[in-house]
Order: sequence, then structure tokens, then C-alpha cells
Amino acid sequence: MFTAACTFVLLGAGGLVTSHGAGLAVPDWPNSYGYNMFLFPPSQWIGGILYEHTHRLIASFVGLLTAVLALWLWGRETRGASKWAGIGAMVFVLMLMGVRHMGVYQALAVLALPVIVAGLVQFFRRPDQLRWLGVVAYAAVILQGVLGGLRVVWLKDEIGIFHGTLAQLFFVLICLMALRTSRWFAGLNREGGGGFRLHPLLLATTVLILAQLVLGATMRHQHAGLAIPDFPLAYGEWWPATDPDSIARYNQNRMEVRALNPITAFQVHLQMVHRLMAVIILAAVFASGWMVLRRLRWRSLAGKLGVFWMVLISVQVALGAFTVLSNKAADVATAHVLAGALSLVTGAMLCIVYGRSPKSAPGAVLSGLSERERTASALATGPAT
Amino acid sequence: MKISPAVVLFTGLATFSVAAGDITGTVTLQGTPPAEIPIKEIKADPFCGKLVTDQPTTRFFVVGPNKELGDVVVMLKGISGKSTGATAEPVVLDQEKCLYVPQIVALQTGQKLLVRNSDPLLHNVHLTPKEKANETANAGKLNLPQMEKAPDLVYTFPAPENFLRFQCDVHKWMFAWVTVVDHPYFAVTGPDGKFKISNVPPGKYTITALHRKAAPNGIDKEIEVKEGADTTVDFTVELK
Repeated sequence: MFTAACTFVLLGAGGLVTSHGAGLAVPDWPNSYGYNMFLFPPSQWIGGILYEHTHRLIASFVGLLTAVLALWLWGRETRGASKWAGIGAMVFVLMLMGVRHMGVYQALAVLALPVIVAGLVQFFRRPDQLRWLGVVAYAAVILQGVLGGLRVVWLKDEIGIFHGTLAQLFFVLICLMALRTSRWFAGLNREGGGGFRLHPLLLATTVLILAQLVLGATMRHQHAGLAIPDFPLAYGEWWPATDPDSIARYNQNRMEVRALNPITAFQVHLQMVHRLMAVIILAAVFASGWMVLRRLRWRSLAGKLGVFWMVLISVQVALGAFTVLSNKAADVATAHVLAGALSLVTGAMLCIVYGRSPKSAPGAVLSGLSERERTASALATGPAT
Repeated sequence: MKISPAVVLFTGLATFSVAAGDITGTVTLQGTPPAEIPIKEIKADPFCGKLVTDQPTTRFFVVGPNKELGDVVVMLKGISGKSTGATAEPVVLDQEKCLYVPQIVALQTGQKLLVRNSDPLLHNVHLTPKEKANETANAGKLNLPQMEKAPDLVYTFPAPENFLRFQCDVHKWMFAWVTVVDHPYFAVTGPDGKFKISNVPPGKYTITALHRKAAPNGIDKEIEVKEGADTTVDFTVELK
């Protein structure tokens, strides 16, 4: 849970970096202005450096926490030679990270990909054990860190899109691990009998949110600012013109303090798709929440998550609108990133929690009946559907 | 008959100076530009704020009282391989009071660009060339720190490119645009909108005026430079 909380803070720090256009304010990596990252004098943390360097320090801390988590899970769930072999390998990788050499980092990142795949395969073979998820998280955090570094060194915006997307997926992974190790999950297993059924609506809505976050990351990492400056209309239209003359006019009238790239027709279309997706997701989340509340008590974990999801997605839509209306103010845009991450995590958690929850009688939930009252209601109205 | 080198040089120079002409003109803006934005971040910055007294604004449209337009790059088109950049004086792009000065720069291929830090604080110099040759030629120098009182950073560009961006990511409002030309026949308009391109050999040319906001792709005109005569060409940049 602590690692998940720190990851959330890290996401916020990353959001501030892109919102302030400070991703390249520290031109070197893994050093910071030639200093060892951890020894970079605070007196030099000026302007954009503050955001980028703080992001790096928090990221290092989250990386360390993830390593500890992976070691703990591995040590808890294995015995004998495999226990010490696994712990030894993980400690060795941690020491390699201390070598601070680009070649070593790149090799570790390349190695991380098959480890992630193998770890997921192993986890799905034995989903009751979490140690392989720990390995996946450890590999993912290394890959994520190196991607962040390469984005700085190689000066490639495209890497930033992967970095932003992997950040969201990593957050989901850590939150799901926190859920799996929580007392709530143990309670669910007892009540639900350990069965699991993935609901297609919940899954589809969560995947839609992930796609929306990828779109958002793409827009952020093109460093073009707001492709459309008004809301709910777009350049005064429901669908803006994107012919060359119109794009030239948009760019001509755009006054930005930052050195943003000129906007293109593609970016205008991208933001329109982002807006349309927002409407679809809003409807899908409310449909999902309604479905959950029809079948389960709102006081149940799934019910609470469903209500939270609906509230959160409403806030997220409002934040999206406010991001445009505030001309992409850094704090608002960062809040939009964070609410997006929480929406994805809530969807993923609801998929798991709902899939493991015992069914309840229709209509019982909305009235907030207790378990005993719900059973009585179910007996009176017939079998649950 | 033996001819002294001095005579040859004198004759050559005389011929060239008689033959070549100057191109002069004024660029004006038609339409009302959007209002410039105050750069509040400078005043709010604990270090940069101490360097400025008034409130700096963006400088996208440098417009005179009669709509003369400054910061327009005017150059001849269709000429390549005539650069004298290797022997030309270096051009200085300064970082002064947390702003790039000047914001619009033009220079020749092969000509040195000295990026200076006159501020008592660090900046990072981050350039984003679109031309591969310019990126390759400056590999390893595309994003460099420049501490207080550090020596000038030196850049040269082998390929022509319009509006190559320089920026500081430490101070997100700091940026400049450098246009690289493959010959010496170009100028940047002053605040009075005027420009002068000197010593242009006689001939027919296409001349273009580029403004980063109002005419990023250039406005072209056909001109003829006659022997020994000055040519006047004015541009009107129209806001859409």
C-alpha cells in the first residue's frame, strides 16, 4: 500500500514535469548536471530542474521500494535453493543499478521485457502466489526508469509516450498487488468462495480508460500545448476545420509563453477523439457502476468502488474541461493525469473485486440493505439473477 | 605583358562593386495581431525575477507604429552552395535577463553561432533541428548545460533550415529561432520593418519573407537585380 501511495506521488511528479515542459531541464542522465543524482546540490534545483530532479529522486525511491517488495514476496513464497537463487539474482540486479553506466542500464532494460512476460506467464499459472508479480513489478520499474533516462539522453518524444503509459500500467500493477495482500481481498475470497468471473463490461470500460490514457500521453508528449483552446466547442465548431489554411490560422493566433511546437491537423483530430472517448467512457463507467449497484450492496467493497468510480470519472471529465479552459495550467493538467490514473486503477480493482464477489439480489443494493435483509429479500423475490 | 596582382585585385573588386546591387525594402503587417502575453513566470522566478524590473512579454509580433513588422527573415531562394559562412564573423545568441536576445537570428551554413550566457545563473541550451544533417553535425550538443560565466557554446549548421528552435527547459519561456541560409543574401528586419541585402549579383531571383507566426512558409516575390542598381521590394504579411 505504501509503495502504491509513493507511486501515485511519483505519477504526480511526472505529470508536473511534462506540464511544466521540464523533461529536459536536466540534460544528463543518470547524473544531474554532472553530479551524482543523490548529491546534486539543492541550491541548483531552480526552474524546471526542481520538477525533473525531484521526479528522478522519487522514482529512485519507488524503484527501491519495488525491489524490497519483490524480495519480500519472493522470500515469503519460496523455500530452499530457489529462494536464495531468486533473492541473489534480485540483489545482484540492484547492485548493477548502482554501476551507473548507460550500457548496463540498457542491457537491464532489454532483459526486463522477457522477464515481464515470463513473470506474467508464471503468475497466471499460479495466481494464488504473488512472487512472480513482484518480479514483474521489479522488471517493470527498471524498464520504466531506463525509458525515462533514455528519453532525456536520446531526446526522443516518442519514448515519453511509452514512459507515460508504462507508468500507468505500473501503478495498476502495484495497486492490484496491494489489493491482493489486503484483508479486504482475504474477506472476498471467503465470501465469494474463491471463484472468479471477469465481467466483460467492466473489462471493456477499463481497457477504454487505458486507451484514453495512451491518447492523453501522446498529446502530452508532443509538446504542442493545447491543440484546441476552447471547450465544449472546438474553435467555435462542434468539429473544427483542419484544412491547411485553418491550421495556419490557429497557429497564427496562438500565443503561448512556452516554445511549443506548432499544432497540426493530426493533433486537432487526436484531441477530438480524446473528447469523444471521454463521453463514451463516462457513459460506460456509469453503466458499470449501475450494474454493480444493481447486483451488490453499495456498502460492499465492489459497491463502494463502483460509486467511487462514477464520482471519479465525473471529476475527471470536469478536470479535462478545466484543463482546456485554464489554458493547460500545470496543476490542473497534473490533477487530470492523476485522476486518469486513479480511474484506471479503480476499473482494474473493480474487475477483480466484482469478479470475486458473491452475487446479490437485484434491487437490494440500492436500498443499502444489510446482508441478512438482502438474503430475506432474495428469498421473497426469488433466485438472484 | 606582366600584370601586377594588385591591378587584378583592384579590377576585380571594381567590377564586382559596379555589378552587384542592394535589395532594400520594408515589411508591413496587415491585420491586427493577437495581444502579446506577459511572461509572469520571469517575475515569479526567484532568480530571474531579480534581473528584470519591468514585466517582459512574449515577442511574437514586433510591430511598429505604421504596422512595420520586425523579426522577419528576408532571403533569396533557390541559391545553394554560395555560403561564405566559414569565413564570416560568428553570430552571437545571448541569454540575457532570462531571455534569448535576439529571438530571431539568421546565419549562413558553416557560420559559427556562439550561444552565450550573460546571466548569473545556469541555463540549458536545447536545440531541436529538423534537418538530419544539422542534428548529426551537432550530435552530443543538442542539450547542454551552460553554467554561470561558462564559455560560449559553439554551433555550426551544414544544411539550410528555417526557424531552428533553441530553448531553455530550466526557464520554459526562453526560446529563439535560428534560420540557416546557404548563401549570404539575407537579412532580418528591424523594429522599423526595414531590411537591406547587400552585394547581390545581377539576375532574376525569387525573394521570400518569413515570419515565424504570420508567414512560416514564406511569402515569395519575383525580382530582378540589375547591374549596379538598387532594387526595392516591399512585403505585406497578411494575418489570416
